[in-house]
Amino acid sequence: MLISGAKIVVETLIEQGCDTVFGYPGGQVIKLFDELYLCRDRINHILTAHEQGASHAADGYARATGKVGVVIATSGPGATNLVTGIATAYLDSVPMVAITGNVPCSLIGRDSFQEVDIVGVTMPITKHNFIVKNITELADTLRMAFKIAKSGRPGPVLVDIPKDIQVAQCEFEPKNQPVIPAPIPFAPDDKLEKAAELINAAERPYIYFGGGIITGKASGELIALAEKIDAPMGCSLMGLSAVPSDHPLFLGMQGMHGHFASSIAEDEADLVIALGARFSDRATGNKKRFAQNFKIIHIDIDGAELHKNISADLGIKGDIKDAAARLTELAEAKSHPQWHQRISELRSEEKLRTEKALQASYQKSCENCSTSCGNNSLTTEQKLRPYDIIDIISAHAGDSVVATDVGQHQMWAAQRYPLKKPRTFLTSGGLGTMGFGMGAAIGAAIATGKHTVLFTGDGSFGMNLNELATAVSQNIPLVIVIMNNGVLGMVRQWQTLFFDKHYSNTTLARQTDFVKLAEAFGARSTRVFSKDELEKAAAEAFAFNGTYVIDCAVDCDEFVLPMLPPGGSIDDIITDIK
Amino acid sequence: MDQYVIGVIVSNVSGVLSRVSGMFTRRGFNIDCLTVGETESSGFSRITVAFRGDDEIKERIVQQLQKLHDVREVEVLNRNETVIRELLLIKVRNKTETRQDIMTAVEIFRSKIVDYSPTALVCELTGETSKIDAFIELLKPYGIMEMCRTGIVAIERGDNCLKTVK
Repeated sequence: MLISGAKIVVETLIEQGCDTVFGYPGGQVIKLFDELYLCRDRINHILTAHEQGASHAADGYARATGKVGVVIATSGPGATNLVTGIATAYLDSVPMVAITGNVPCSLIGRDSFQEVDIVGVTMPITKHNFIVKNITELADTLRMAFKIAKSGRPGPVLVDIPKDIQVAQCEFEPKNQPVIPAPIPFAPDDKLEKAAELINAAERPYIYFGGGIITGKASGELIALAEKIDAPMGCSLMGLSAVPSDHPLFLGMQGMHGHFASSIAEDEADLVIALGARFSDRATGNKKRFAQNFKIIHIDIDGAELHKNISADLGIKGDIKDAAARLTELAEAKSHPQWHQRISELRSEEKLRTEKALQASYQKSCENCSTSCGNNSLTTEQKLRPYDIIDIISAHAGDSVVATDVGQHQMWAAQRYPLKKPRTFLTSGGLGTMGFGMGAAIGAAIATGKHTVLFTGDGSFGMNLNELATAVSQNIPLVIVIMNNGVLGMVRQWQTLFFDKHYSNTTLARQTDFVKLAEAFGARSTRVFSKDELEKAAAEAFAFNGTYVIDCAVDCDEFVLPMLPPGGSIDDIITDIK
Repeated sequence: MDQYVIGVIVSNVSGVLSRVSGMFTRRGFNIDCLTVGETESSGFSRITVAFRGDDEIKERIVQQLQKLHDVREVEVLNRNETVIRELLLIKVRNKTETRQDIMTAVEIFRSKIVDYSPTALVCELTGETSKIDAFIELLKPYGIMEMCRTGIVAIERGDNCLKTVK
């Protein structure tokens, strides 16, 4: 039967198992949206306030489920508004298919109204992209897009479909099942045997894992390996949630704002086993100083990551789940009491240093504070500290998915939030996209159908708060926790430490009333200054089946600690403020 | 730094050259030269890239190229086992007092004069890069009006082949 290109798109999406798409209509996708209307009982389209929000929502949907997130936008500005969302997904290896309309083929290249070469624009931030100029290739191109997005190391794929292709008619043969990802290469035996030898010989092994463990569904295998070889574990930001936060061998995130114990333990190890991680500069600090004292085994599905940032002594390309399982079999069961003695010391020292740092900033007053943090009148005991906020919210949140924006609040959440199972911590790790959180939280809430928590700051929230409209209109159970300190806290922290307190453009001093703003969007909201008030607000927010904004007053000079200065190393770790 | 030559078989689709050259640009690798042309099968093109770098850079380039969807085969060609050629077209001034010297150079280098006019000579030369460089150097004093060179193409000796996917 002859059907239109637009209908082929919708039928292929449904065939690929896609039940929800995020997007925004426009002139060059009007035909596609007509088909979405006609098929609205089979596929759900979520209208966002802005295409960027839609792209982050598709990303959040994918991160929370492991499925491919789909976003649709029109040509020109619609397409370019997706760019930050696509780049965010690319840097964090999130499977996504972005569909854009374009001007009819005959108008391409003539700077037509709302024409942009989105394939050219997104070439460096997609795994691959397509423009479909022949309707007979449309269905298979979309199938290939899904295949590429979810094969191997996942990532975003863009398919640009000119308007005339959406209108043209073509035969369509549906397939019975979604495309199967390309087979994953298995790690070679000899290399795993070599790895096992290194592990058996190690006295102070340390496992550094990343987001690959979550993507590769390898949490169980990772824990089994760690327990058998008796190795402590630390992770990158992207690795968070792969292992329960309270696992006895888990020391927390390492790196620039990582836990003291994990960062130091890694430095003192004699063997680092890196699994599904890529040695980002934020995780390693100064590369010349990093890895002076230990050997490295690096296992990753992407061969291009081996020896890219750090030269490993043994690089192994392969499926992480399989490799970890086989490595566990090959390695000898070990016990390293001395090493764990040292780890306990580090944990104790971390505790002391954290308390000392907290105490120090307790005593600081908010004097000369020109910001709107609103904390000035409170006694120190009453003040809401960042960790208190995380603790109180997590106590109410149950097994909610947690999304974050980018900045200090993100690091506090990464350090402190007790995570229980994979895919419950959604954060922009690689690109560090402020404004990621609103869309991501909406996508996750729609995917899971459960309460989702968003930790954000007044800076990040300001970037994409228009998506409150989406959350309210979709009646999404969302608890938005704004750590409102009236400043761009992370940059302010750098300015305090490295730029002689020149607070250039980081003092927001806005007069925005977030409570009124949230209410204007139709959400519920309250502003809290103390722990008691937050307790009350949290109870109310999680009991409410809708969007609830809690605006928390936070001191503008709270620091994220510890900190490895940019370009610095473990020797320069800052755990206290002068 | 050594120069490496790699052969890349790619799908013959629109945009493939941008993808390959774009990878070099955005990852900060420098290209000495890049050529692209048809292969024995119509669905595939062959790109020859020469670049300078160390072993680590070479390895990263190969790995990144292999990740591109349109790239089917990547191989670092062993220079000792590879025929490498470049084509030069060069236009020099045709003056009575230097004509004979140019003709001699053309003969010794096994070049060919492919266009002759009262004021200019166009010579064609095929060979390895070093031979082309030497020929250009030799012609400089006679007044080079313009020149263009193709960049290298390379193929392995014997029955080693960069397989195209059928």
